[in-house]
Amino acid sequence: MPGLAGRMSTVVKAKISRMLDKTEDPGETLDYGYQKQVELLQNVKKGIADVVTSKKRLQMQTSKLEQQVVKLDTQARQALAQGREDLARTALERKTLAQGEMQGLDQQVKELEAQQEELTANEQRLRQKIEQFRTKKEVIKAQYSAAEAQVRISEAANGVGEEMADLGLAMQRAEDKTETMRARASAVEELEKAGAFDDITALGSGQDDLDRQLSELTSGAQVDDELSKMKAELGSGGGDSPALEQGKESS
Amino acid sequence: MIVRISGEGQFKLPDEDAGRLNELDNRAVAAVEQGDETGFKELWSQMLEIVASDGNALDGDELIESQVIMPPRDITFEEAKAEFNGDGLIPD
Repeated sequence: MPGLAGRMSTVVKAKISRMLDKTEDPGETLDYGYQKQVELLQNVKKGIADVVTSKKRLQMQTSKLEQQVVKLDTQARQALAQGREDLARTALERKTLAQGEMQGLDQQVKELEAQQEELTANEQRLRQKIEQFRTKKEVIKAQYSAAEAQVRISEAANGVGEEMADLGLAMQRAEDKTETMRARASAVEELEKAGAFDDITALGSGQDDLDRQLSELTSGAQVDDELSKMKAELGSGGGDSPALEQGKESS
Repeated sequence: MIVRISGEGQFKLPDEDAGRLNELDNRAVAAVEQGDETGFKELWSQMLEIVASDGNALDGDELIESQVIMPPRDITFEEAKAEFNGDGLIPD
């Protein structure tokens, strides 16, 4: 098979043969194989722990952003009620940005969850194989003549080698994905540090530049739209004290 | 024949499926080369479908080599374009 499956098989087989090349004595091959499997199992556990850590970090960021979205929405309303459309626009721009980041993070948390489940299933499967291999290795060592043992060992070693090589690829793939998500989390943190999600009461004199950047980052159309909706709501509400509508979330 | 779906496990399939899988596989690669993502997804799901309908999962304690190793089920188009390389956790 020269296709996708062929390519995949080639990679896995190359990995197996590299693993098996390390030893010459059949008994040693078995012991080495077993030792490698136990190591790999430790790595899977570590990989799962990494995924969980990344997930928690993203979840924390999501809930922080959620709070900011509510706060900024409230502030936009208050600003508008006080006739400060400029401030309302700033708050809405920040809210839009925070919402966008929040949705991105949400999606990644879901992906990490799926990854965690997948790795956990992999870990269980590997554990079962290792147990089987441990039993088989003792049987082969004890019961077979050298020539026969050689055949059985290579069967078992190839079977288990394939499992290990494949798990190695799965782990690598999981790590690559987690890496991408870490980069995303860091990017959100950078924006946060720069004050991009700060509420407008925290606006200082040095914020003009940041706000220029923000209005470039967020979609002007969405902000305009929300602003006019908010105006309409305030207008139809009688206009007594709309500033008191604290914490009202817009959808 | 024994087929592995990477990251998932091994399945026993009738030998007759080899030809069909091979053909779909080659067409999938051609689709990737032409940048045809929709075509690739369609062919890939047909390949998975063959394993799902004809295959029986091997017991976890079987230590057998596979004749065919298929990429992970959720392979992306980008991943399909790239070679599966790198060392992962198994050192060279």
